[in-house]
Amino acid sequence: MKHLDQLESQSIYIIREAYKQFKNIAILWSIGKDSTTLMWLTRKAFYGKVPFPALHIDTSYKFQEIYDFRSEWADKWDMELIIGKNGQSLNEGMGPDASDKLACCGQLKTEALKQTIDKYGFKALLLGIRRDEHGIRAKERVFSPRDKQFKWDYKDQPPELWDQFKNQQQGEQHIRVHPLLHWTEQDIWKYIQRENIPVVDLYFANNGKRYRSIGCETCCEPVDSDADTVDKIVEELMTTKISERSGRAQDKESAYVMQKLRALGYM
Amino acid sequence: MDKENLKFVIVGHIDHGKSTLIGRLLYDTDSLPKGKIEEIEQICKSLGKDIEFGYVMDHLEEERDQGITIDTAQIFFNTTKRNYVIIDAPGHVEFIKNMISGASQAEAAVLIVDVDEGVKEQTKRHAYILGMLGLDQVIVVINKMDMVGYERGKFETVKKELLDFLSGINIKPSYIVPISAKEGDLIAGKNENMDWYQGPDFLQALDSFRVKESAKDKPLRFVVQDVYNFDKRIIAGRVESGIIRKGDKIKILPSGEETTVKSVEEFLKNVTEAEAGKSTGIITEDKLFIDRGDVIVHDRDVPVLTNHIRANIFWMDNTPYNKGDTLWFRCATQDVACEIEKISRVINSSTLDLIAEDADEIKNREVADIIIKTDKPVVVENFNTIEELGRFVLRTDDTLAGGIITELVQ
Ligand SMILES: Nc1nc2c(ncn2[C@@H]2O[C@H](COP(=O)(O)OP(=O)(O)O)[C@@H](O)[C@H]2O)c(=O)[nH]1
Repeated sequence: MKHLDQLESQSIYIIREAYKQFKNIAILWSIGKDSTTLMWLTRKAFYGKVPFPALHIDTSYKFQEIYDFRSEWADKWDMELIIGKNGQSLNEGMGPDASDKLACCGQLKTEALKQTIDKYGFKALLLGIRRDEHGIRAKERVFSPRDKQFKWDYKDQPPELWDQFKNQQQGEQHIRVHPLLHWTEQDIWKYIQRENIPVVDLYFANNGKRYRSIGCETCCEPVDSDADTVDKIVEELMTTKISERSGRAQDKESAYVMQKLRALGYM
Repeated sequence: MDKENLKFVIVGHIDHGKSTLIGRLLYDTDSLPKGKIEEIEQICKSLGKDIEFGYVMDHLEEERDQGITIDTAQIFFNTTKRNYVIIDAPGHVEFIKNMISGASQAEAAVLIVDVDEGVKEQTKRHAYILGMLGLDQVIVVINKMDMVGYERGKFETVKKELLDFLSGINIKPSYIVPISAKEGDLIAGKNENMDWYQGPDFLQALDSFRVKESAKDKPLRFVVQDVYNFDKRIIAGRVESGIIRKGDKIKILPSGEETTVKSVEEFLKNVTEAEAGKSTGIITEDKLFIDRGDVIVHDRDVPVLTNHIRANIFWMDNTPYNKGDTLWFRCATQDVACEIEKISRVINSSTLDLIAEDADEIKNREVADIIIKTDKPVVVENFNTIEELGRFVLRTDDTLAGGIITELVQ
């Protein structure tokens, strides 16, 4: 099998394991390229009839393009869509300018996610994170437990071998499942190219700039690039040395903040 | 054309230079993201140290403080020949389960040994685990040659000590390369200090690894993961070995019922077959009761069903196994209750000394040769025949031990 076929099969296997084991699960769809690829794979795994919802944690500070893409494709793909918001905090005026960025992410992402998980009682969440994204993510397991406070105990993780994933245990609030862990950014784009997966236009260059990673409009910076098609992006990634998340405000505030966010359970 | 991909693990005793070697590899192959070297320089300066390549690897603050790599991490880099994934396995004894998790995903291994310290406890344990996991492609690097003045004699002494040990556990390294990860000698093209060495440098040695062969030419083993009743009844699973085709006469195990493959199902795609490694689905001609854990095979190539298995296991939990305890045996999607009927030999994984014969318990980090009795018959294989059905875990909620099947006891 070709490399992309191997990656695809491995992901589908993981997605099917998660559903078989936990049933009450959701796919966390940030509308970015990774989680949209994950949606694509999930549709393949279940022959277009995904038996669980997609969950979008909406800070309400996302790019308009993200909202448009979300309604278009949730509809076309016939996905049940749940939108999770921390309404109270938003009403109290939380935002990137109202507070420091960590507090804002904490309220509008982590807290919103906690509330949504509680409300629906999800046992597991599918997330599109990859090992090559950041040093800390390199340490993730495919099935990774979180406790009630969303803490990730990366120091004492159970062994994971030969696709035998853990069961849920006492004290574990939910399990994070990572079907794309073994993919790289390049793999993702090559797969998007091969499969013709739709992605938000923000990824394509406009006036010499494009986004490599998208999230809240307030905290994302575009990078210099002329890549305005998927083919050109694939080409660009073969040569670039700028790291993917360099445009994200969050990462610039040192590895420590990132680690803290991870331990808190923010993707 | 697409380049090949290969995953390898780097193992060795703590402080023998794994992280440094990885940092060096990334640097020499120009794989570090922009700004990374500057960031590391800054960190080292603030700690009042020389630049340490090891810090490329150590992203977590606590790791830097303790100076140890705590978990399996994966790093990506390319040579002109291949895309590589390095799995960095921790050297510290506490993290042995992480080392095993890492090594279980690898196709090949690099064992690193400090020339000044020679073979140590974790060197032995890790080498033993590599052998146990069936990783037969191994390169040894003897590191820190700069510390001994690049002296050939020192290299030969450690090489001999290591080869003596490795031959006892049936590992034959393809190359033994003297290097200095710190100075970059014999890593990627540079050799100014060891002209007595004639073999390949580290990168060349890596490029000599073979990519794992597909199991598609072996007998069919299609392992059922789930059954979906959407508008059609699709049996979802993975082809662990062989190829499944439309029209094939198949047998469902353990029930033994026979039917024919009506179709191979992919989403929005017309296919007629699926090969080893593929997660797919099939529809059968007859509506049989099929469930997770069933193994589908060709009627012309039926494996034995057994409930007695001889295996080597590595125990990875603080709670020891006591004879009589019930565990779950999981091989692919088969999941059955079992007991360890006989603990023939228990071995200390670092000294490789025999601890006991016909024992009653197995403790953390011990290796044992055992006979398992499962409650129901399972479809398994000798690890050397079909790897995918020759390895298993023993568990309660979490995995407690990993094992390799050495014999099917009739
Ligand atoms: N002189 C010398 N020191 C080295 C070399 N490789 C690693 N070291 C040092 O050995 C120590 C342990 O190395 P590290 O890579 O952290 O070991 P690990 O625990 O195996 O990851 C560090 O202080 C390194 O600077 C080498 O080739 N020569």
